[in-house]
Amino acid sequence: MRAPSSREAALGEVLLAVEDVSLSFGGVQALTDVSFDIRKGEIRAIIGPNGAGKTSMLNVVNGFYQPQSGRITFKGQARTSMRPYAAAQGGIARTFQNLALFRGMSTLDNILAGRALKMRRGFFWQLIRYGPALKEEVAHRRRVEEIIDFLEIADIRKIPVGRLPYGLQKRVELGRALAMEPDLLLLDEPMAGMNLEEKEDMSRFIIDVNQQYGTTIALIEHDMGVVMDLSDRVVVLDYGRKIADATPDEVKRDKNVIRAYLGEPHGVSVTK
Amino acid sequence: MPSLHNGLDTLPKFVLHNARAFAKRPAMRHKDLGIWQAWTWEQMLGEIRAFSVGLAELGLKRGDKFTIIGSNRPRLYWAICAGQALGAVPVPVYADAVADEMAYVLAHSEVTLAVVEDQEQVDKIIAVSDRLPQLGKVIYDQPRGLKDYVHGRLISFEEVQGIGRKKLGSDPECLRHWEAGIAEGKGDDLSVILYTSGTTGRSKGVMLSYENTIVSARNANSFDHLDENEEVIAYLPLAWVGDYIFSYVQAYVAGYCVNCPETPDTVVQDRREIGTTYAFAPPRVYENVLTLTTVRMADAGVLKRKVFDYFIGVAGRWGEKILDGEKVPLTARLLYGIGNLLVYGPLMNQFGLSRIRVAYTAGEAIGPEIFRFWRGIGLNLKQLYGQTEASVYITAQPDGQIHADTVGTASPDVEIRISDAGEVMFRSPGVFAGYYKDPEKTAEVLTADGWVHTGDAGFFDPKTGQLRIIDRAKDLGHLKDGTVFAPKYIENKLKFFPNIREAVAVGADRDFVCAMINIDLTAVGSWAERNNVVYGSYQELAANPRVYDMIAQHIDEVNRSLAEEEVMAGAQIRRFLILHKELDADDGELTRTQKLRRGHIVDRYSPLVEAFYNGSTDAHITTEVTFEDGHKGVISARVAIRDMKPYPVQAIKLERAA
Repeated sequence: MRAPSSREAALGEVLLAVEDVSLSFGGVQALTDVSFDIRKGEIRAIIGPNGAGKTSMLNVVNGFYQPQSGRITFKGQARTSMRPYAAAQGGIARTFQNLALFRGMSTLDNILAGRALKMRRGFFWQLIRYGPALKEEVAHRRRVEEIIDFLEIADIRKIPVGRLPYGLQKRVELGRALAMEPDLLLLDEPMAGMNLEEKEDMSRFIIDVNQQYGTTIALIEHDMGVVMDLSDRVVVLDYGRKIADATPDEVKRDKNVIRAYLGEPHGVSVTK
Repeated sequence: MPSLHNGLDTLPKFVLHNARAFAKRPAMRHKDLGIWQAWTWEQMLGEIRAFSVGLAELGLKRGDKFTIIGSNRPRLYWAICAGQALGAVPVPVYADAVADEMAYVLAHSEVTLAVVEDQEQVDKIIAVSDRLPQLGKVIYDQPRGLKDYVHGRLISFEEVQGIGRKKLGSDPECLRHWEAGIAEGKGDDLSVILYTSGTTGRSKGVMLSYENTIVSARNANSFDHLDENEEVIAYLPLAWVGDYIFSYVQAYVAGYCVNCPETPDTVVQDRREIGTTYAFAPPRVYENVLTLTTVRMADAGVLKRKVFDYFIGVAGRWGEKILDGEKVPLTARLLYGIGNLLVYGPLMNQFGLSRIRVAYTAGEAIGPEIFRFWRGIGLNLKQLYGQTEASVYITAQPDGQIHADTVGTASPDVEIRISDAGEVMFRSPGVFAGYYKDPEKTAEVLTADGWVHTGDAGFFDPKTGQLRIIDRAKDLGHLKDGTVFAPKYIENKLKFFPNIREAVAVGADRDFVCAMINIDLTAVGSWAERNNVVYGSYQELAANPRVYDMIAQHIDEVNRSLAEEEVMAGAQIRRFLILHKELDADDGELTRTQKLRRGHIVDRYSPLVEAFYNGSTDAHITTEVTFEDGHKGVISARVAIRDMKPYPVQAIKLERAA
């Protein structure tokens, strides 16, 4: 049972702040002067119509795209650009809109891959698998098993993910991101293409991750019902600009948001 | 009544005894984080004791009722024994029961404390807590999702054990006091109340004493020579008498090891890892595994399929004879050996059945074809007939005397007789003490001299001397022309086909027999995939004319087989339909042990039943459905009805008619 008012108070300090970020590809302006923040422990949704710049925004946050201008402050450190590797080391994990799993590898191995950054012993140590390397592997495996238990995927532990239904693959991808023990978890359309039951399952896992591990979560999602139920605060993007930033209830009533979603004649073109 | 030797007349006494006798042997295993964790009898006693003393500190005392709700996890089994050690009475409840059902049982049994598995169960209890004024603490096993719950009555299993350990550490008298409490227990004390799901009406609380269950368990163990070396897997509902006896009482009495699966979805893998030696399952489990095999084989390559089909044929011809030690030609033995190498062995291994010595099917009748299939490939599958009211065992088949259509001879110490009305009655040390707070119902079933009415119609087969169950006595009926109508018999024939998951035959006091079918979504879904049939839901698939064609073929085969049997030939299926929704226990259509609640189904689908007999070719039906979280919704559909051509009734009958 989530009580919004008590959660409001529980939200911590700012974990990530995006200030005046602009991103363009050639002549296409993907993001224009976008600013918002993500506070510790919250579930933050980024929504908007197709092509609004949501995925671009996530890609900027985890260093995949370099914005032309603006500043990103993560855990108190400001930067304009960062490599994805550095972002991952810094504690940002993500899942992808179109799955990016190792299809030939088992569920277990895929999630174990998420521990790669945490491996301390080098390649040769792991090859001989002795002493400290063995001990380390056991510790990692334990962590992975906890995630498998958490996501209720024990029955598919040894099955190659390519053979799994889509909804389960999404869950495995979430598992791999969790294996990084991130401070900030970015989910790009975690419910896309799922049926109602799968959506309900995934929603529950997102809430549980947030509650149990205290992980801060930023998610892009199209299913408004899901967004309204899950998130503490919502950023709305349209044509690369931020048009609203408030609680789900306020966003639902916001005139600009309604206009953006209904696709009224716009400066440039008509959507839908 | 046979006395219980060396003072072992309650289950807590058995734990104390086993912790000495089998100290270092495994008592229980549970797969957790991908690894099998084991507890020896000594360690298990420690866990039970800590929890038990903790319960006492929370105020649980002799005579109190407490409930256990959840899946097969070691802690829940320990909780049963921990409460019994204090003289309290466990009332296990089906974990998938909806909140309303749960509330009825908990209120009726006046439960004062609950030990539950997880958030799901906690939510249900909280939802109905205003109907349970007596209920105090709710103890949970898995903390997940419960972090933000602000509820004074919630406490974790570890915390309770912690309270117990602290008490045991600080108070030197505590241990002696606890053991003295166990010594006070007697064999005729009430040990458990098991609510039977009942195919009609509200569930009834069957009261069993320690002696009931222990004598039954000891007889069963000696009947099949079970000892401390057995390995079993606990995966059946905790609230079912079968699991209570098999995974708890029999294990304590014999000292064997009970393995708890990692999750309900991993049972097959877990069973394979353990290599269980003794199995006990309702027919549905054997049906499902067979369906899964058939579906997978349909997807296999041509060569594999040919090999499989050929050797399954060989198994059908010779397998049972070989299993029963009969004489068979050398060539058959040789062929069977090759089949074993190529098909049967790998198949048994795949499902973790390679080391099984004895497997039972119980709970309801198994389709003879399914039964023969398993025996044919070498599984020592036997039938037993039992009831909650009997502490399970009424009859069982001895090794080597197996027949698909009987349920065996009377179990040790059990007397059986057939009443004048044809109903099976029994008397045994396992006979229950009565229904809790329901003397009227008790008097209906239990006679003054200790005989129990089973409600099943049956007779002793003159050829084999074993009991044959025809049907539930009240389900058995006649068509208008006087032909015997045994719905279960027909349904079991239908359910042999992997594509048919559930079937309901109607026809009592009507002109002819009709059937309502539930297709098996796994099997038919796989067929649809192979045949490019597109569907979005069960309802859509069920209404597909090609699916109807397929089911019509199956029904035709059933009719042919019915026509070959003198008594049943008149009860061939004339019309059928495929139901637009799956029958579900949440809608009261099945019991929690997945038996049909026939009366309820016929009421619910009365427009369809009417349409069967007024000649319509389709009918409209609106049904209320209950979703897993207890919400209700409505599904409506237009369901098509197909006519079938019956096979000519055999000459014998015609002659008699003339």
